[in-house]
Amino acid sequence: MSWRLWVPLFAFALFVGLAAYQLTQPKDDFVESRMVGEALPYFDLPPAMEGVEGVSNATFADGKPRLLNIWASWCLPCIAEAPHLESLQEQGAEIVGVAIRDRPEDIARFLARHGNPYSRIGRDDLSEVQLAIGSSGVPETFVIDGQGVIRYQHIGDIRADDVPVLLAELEKVR
Amino acid sequence: MIRALVSSIVLALAIPLAAQQSMPPAPYAYRQLDDPAQEAAAQELMETLRCLTCQSQSIADSDAPMAGDMRHQVRIRIAAGESPGEIRSWLMQRYGDYVSYKPEVSSTTWPLFAIPLLLVLVVGAVLLGRFRRRA
Repeated sequence: MSWRLWVPLFAFALFVGLAAYQLTQPKDDFVESRMVGEALPYFDLPPAMEGVEGVSNATFADGKPRLLNIWASWCLPCIAEAPHLESLQEQGAEIVGVAIRDRPEDIARFLARHGNPYSRIGRDDLSEVQLAIGSSGVPETFVIDGQGVIRYQHIGDIRADDVPVLLAELEKVR
Repeated sequence: MIRALVSSIVLALAIPLAAQQSMPPAPYAYRQLDDPAQEAAAQELMETLRCLTCQSQSIADSDAPMAGDMRHQVRIRIAAGESPGEIRSWLMQRYGDYVSYKPEVSSTTWPLFAIPLLLVLVVGAVLLGRFRRRA
């Protein structure tokens, strides 16, 4: 029997093997922002509710590194990350919030229930800032250096072991 | 009793979703531009942009709130005189190839185009060889 007869079987086995391998690999659904390393684009958001200040790109250009947290009161993982934002704030991080497609009364209720770690909260009803910085969901957290340059992106809710990572990223750009 | 419990849990889970949907959509999410030529250009561009939260639909096909916000961006930028190419590259600068729903040959995608061609050539060569032998 010619060895050539086996070629299609080997090709098939190779294909099945490759497909089986790829199926067992964890799927990465995260869309990473290409804006890491770039300056924040111009934006100027009104305050998200009474008693807080709004957010603009100029907020970030005073020499102090900050966290920019994209969130919303309707977002369930944002409840899970609330205590970790609080602990970041307790450990010296300044957190600026951008509320996506949200209402002042819902924001106030969320903050009353889950705590308010934010120094300012801007209201982004059209996802304009989200699109401008390459964020594709809520929640996401960006490290912005003192010159207003995006240095790091955390996708998804912040868990307990992400807190030291974000503190270290903030320290890196200080 | 159990049914009431389950339905109340389901309702409670649905509240955040309802809140997300209860915000009015962006002004140009569902409203066409007044100029038909501009609207046609916007529509053509929207069909080549991928929804970021639903991932297997173009923003023209998706009812996700974020896709609505992206349609709004596309329409107001087209209305302001930006070219579809400029808007596309503005989004690609932020999201990379991911946001593109238009197949393009690049350093990572060329095998997708090359392999079928190669297979056709191989099959052609094999068939040619066989026919010659028979003749």
